Amino acid sequence: MKNHTHAVSTDRANWTVLLILLLLTTLSVLAIKLQVGAFTVALALLLASVKVTIVLTYFMHLKFEQTILRVMVGGVFLLFAIVIGITFIDYLFR
Amino acid sequence: MSTNPHAHENLIDSDTGKMGMWLFLFTELFLFGGLFLVYAVMRTKYAADFHHAALELNAFVGATNTVALLFSSMTVAMSLTAIQQQKSGKAIGLIFITLLLAGVFMVNKYFEWGHKFSLHLYPGSDVMKTLPHGEIVFFGLYFMMTGLHAVHVLIGGILLTLVMFKIGSGKIRHDHFLMHENSALYWHLVDLIWIFIFPLLYLIT
Repeated sequence: MKNHTHAVSTDRANWTVLLILLLLTTLSVLAIKLQVGAFTVALALLLASVKVTIVLTYFMHLKFEQTILRVMVGGVFLLFAIVIGITFIDYLFR
Repeated sequence: MSTNPHAHENLIDSDTGKMGMWLFLFTELFLFGGLFLVYAVMRTKYAADFHHAALELNAFVGATNTVALLFSSMTVAMSLTAIQQQKSGKAIGLIFITLLLAGVFMVNKYFEWGHKFSLHLYPGSDVMKTLPHGEIVFFGLYFMMTGLHAVHVLIGGILLTLVMFKIGSGKIRHDHFLMHENSALYWHLVDLIWIFIFPLLYLIT
């Protein structure tokens, strides 16, 4: 059985997370302004996904949560990815 | 890292309450997810129109709002730490900063939308009717996504204001903070959605 006491993240850890998020934001702005080739859109979405994962893990405390909650969150994002995938399969090969 | 020895007293209440909040957040993700899906399909269909219409948006305003929301996400996370460490004053101060940042976001949004309206770029306007179909779709999605998001910012702001008063009156304490925790989760969701809206609408042209 997992320990259900609430873990508390320190202010220092929160500042570190914020700095990383700001850094990733700067990176995505630069990548788009400099137009780094054909993969610009993919890169912007990848950076956004990394940022979202960081917010979920640290700010939303999924790191400290029960496994079931982490599985549920992962499942929902997987479901959304499948919905997008199936829509595009339908759209592109109709 | 410290642990709260009193947490077990509210074990069932807190864990189920939090799971309920997450389930609600999932429905929110699919609400916005539907719009992202429409955006993806329409962008594929009207690539040139989307490119042209996206140039109208001000990336600087979008970036400023991104920074404001990321900062506010941190301050609200810190306030949750503070309440668990029995620092009520600090928790209230941090929520107040969060609300100020939400204010910065909304004022920015007001000027941004105001500028679009002054250019007659709003759904149903005479100027809009003359635009190519893809651009009309882009602006429709722009107003729908940023508008729905702004409604969430307002709701989150109201929730956090309530939390601030409840901490002040002692109803939210170090051993009883489910509403604080769930409101913080809601606020982070507002941030999450914006993390995707920003590159899709403002950056990619």
